[in-house]
Amino acid sequence: MLRADYILKLLEKNERIDGRKLDEFRKIEIERNIIEKAEGSARVRIGKTDVIAGIKMEIETPFPDTPNEGVLKTHAEFAPIAHPDFLPGPPSEDATELARVVDRGIRESNSIELEKLCILEGQKVWGVFIDIHIINHDGNLIDASSLAALLALMNTKIPKYENDKIVRGEYVAKLPISHYPINVTVSKIMNKYLVDLNREEEDVVDAWLSIAVREDNYLCSMQKGGKGLNIKDVDEMIDLAIKKSKELRKLL
Amino acid sequence: MGKIKGIELLKNGKRLDGRMPLEMREIEMKVGVIPNANGSAMVRFGKTIAVAAVYGPRLLLPKHLQENDRAVVQCRYNMAPFSTDERVKPGPTRREIEISKVIRQAVEPVLFLENYPKTTIDIFIEILQADGSTRVTSINATSLALADAGVPMKDLVVALSGGKINGTLILDLNGLEDNNSEADMPVAFTANKKEITLLQMDGELTKEEIKKLLKEIFTAGEKIYQMQIKALKDRYSE
Amino acid sequence: MTKQNNGVREIAYPGQILGSSKEYLASHGTYIDEQGNIVSKYLGILSISGNYISVIPLSGVYVPKPGDHIIGIVTEVEKVGWVVDINSPWLAFLSLSEGVDEFVDLKRVLLNRYYDEGDVIYAQVLSAKKGDIQLSMKGPSFKKLKGGVLVKVTPSKVPRVIGKEGSMINLIKEKTRTIIRVGQNGLVWISGEKVDKAIMTIKRIDEKSHVYGLTEEITKMLSE
Repeated sequence: MLRADYILKLLEKNERIDGRKLDEFRKIEIERNIIEKAEGSARVRIGKTDVIAGIKMEIETPFPDTPNEGVLKTHAEFAPIAHPDFLPGPPSEDATELARVVDRGIRESNSIELEKLCILEGQKVWGVFIDIHIINHDGNLIDASSLAALLALMNTKIPKYENDKIVRGEYVAKLPISHYPINVTVSKIMNKYLVDLNREEEDVVDAWLSIAVREDNYLCSMQKGGKGLNIKDVDEMIDLAIKKSKELRKLL
Repeated sequence: MGKIKGIELLKNGKRLDGRMPLEMREIEMKVGVIPNANGSAMVRFGKTIAVAAVYGPRLLLPKHLQENDRAVVQCRYNMAPFSTDERVKPGPTRREIEISKVIRQAVEPVLFLENYPKTTIDIFIEILQADGSTRVTSINATSLALADAGVPMKDLVVALSGGKINGTLILDLNGLEDNNSEADMPVAFTANKKEITLLQMDGELTKEEIKKLLKEIFTAGEKIYQMQIKALKDRYSE
Repeated sequence: MTKQNNGVREIAYPGQILGSSKEYLASHGTYIDEQGNIVSKYLGILSISGNYISVIPLSGVYVPKPGDHIIGIVTEVEKVGWVVDINSPWLAFLSLSEGVDEFVDLKRVLLNRYYDEGDVIYAQVLSAKKGDIQLSMKGPSFKKLKGGVLVKVTPSKVPRVIGKEGSMINLIKEKTRTIIRVGQNGLVWISGEKVDKAIMTIKRIDEKSHVYGLTEEITKMLSE
């Protein structure tokens, strides 16, 4: 409780506990292709937050309404290793929300050219499985996970498919990617707008808005959390997200 | 569940169900539909029917979930198996878990919870029929059910979806539009203060389009607000 | 703030602005917003009396306050007191020292000799903090209620059941030749001759508290 008061007190002076500016991300470290068994993978560290995204390609039946498109599925797990509050068991509400927000950013921006992933119309298509694994949780899981997912997709290769079987370890092409959504979560605390909250700051957040921004500045998904926002908040938060997305895009 | 591209949803300026772009479907609201609950309401937007029941404040168990200085709000959004064309398998899906969370957060800001330590306010929502915009329909029903339950509230919560089809901004998406729109954006806000308590968006919108859509949602939301007030008062007409 | 003429009292809804705090005083069931407006917290009956604006909720659970006179049902006999259901989200506790005046030798005496499971008691709320509710039986009117029937009404409507200075409840008692105890927690205990009629009347008040002319209607009902 005292810690929370301290965070708020500093914030009155536009200061943060780790010395950052309100609109400043922590140091972002990126590793690509870290899991050999996966068709694509990436690890993103934002400060002490540590996330791995792995991509597995599997043969799937297409959805009836899109018989010639590949399918995309995203799953997130808050492994008990990552935080004392994470308990074993089925995905929590927060993990489910995380997976769905990451999924929507990729899906709604039409990032993956799913129509190029058809093997046999109506029967066989490639399934792209994004699995988010939280290794250490120190806040801002949505941005870290979205970035890891996009980076992993960008180095995903499509395996060879022969005689009704996937030949693991042999690849025929790169996964076709045409759009690059960057997710930026802008948070509001005491009428100030911040990006990249750490875990302690998240405890005192009033409201947040996660926004996926495409390279053409179209906004492709939004998710609000916490308390209420007014129109002016939404306006400023979108502006800040667009600005920060340009910075983060340079990391791709 | 990919989107069918290039479907014509707008013909001669009208939507396939005959509505103008900014026109809402027929809306119906009824308060006090479940006698067993502390509060309840049914809200219908066109063919989408949501029923919300509020139980509590009541003691929250197990104990470790309790808060010592306020009530906890729990919410479950559930689709009835017969509510859609294809049967919905019973049991919570990821979509339902997420929607439950955002609905809870859409109403929590208006509740005075501090009078009820160690208790829970349970919100149960059943979608009896789904034809798009189910979460905003649910939020309107929840707002009414909470008021009916006598839970102290700062304000009522109004909800409405907006979106874009064939380059045109629209309100109150039906199922077909929901599945094939260029964007959909469900919004909930406190009726008086216009505080946005739910904001989600899927699709492709520019910042200007988002602002325009929010404005239209606020304007049309006034009509929904008046309907909520009438439904609450009708509960106690003679 | 005009009263409606259709026979129903004016109903306020949550978030409704009822007046300015510069002109009126905010009373029960309202709050003052950042602009100084008095705003309703409930769906309830709007009441303006003198300078006070209040809203009497039409529904809701009972939240105990110290000093409340309540009716409870003993649900458990423990080693040093009794657990009591008081028609509220929380269970209440009646300790031995607040429940019994005489010295009790716990080695020799079982507490169910004083109050047993299922007993109905008329008691006072001693304290209510963070969901910890303590009761007391100290005072001449607090006692075990023997026999009789319990009826539930909406806790916020208890004042309507009692009426101004007890006018309503006295009328019912007299006309139905009954003894009635009304707990502020919404439990009403009735014993005597025309218990059924008393129950019917009280239920009627609970359902129709928002209608004008209730007193006349009840008077008529009781004379039939």
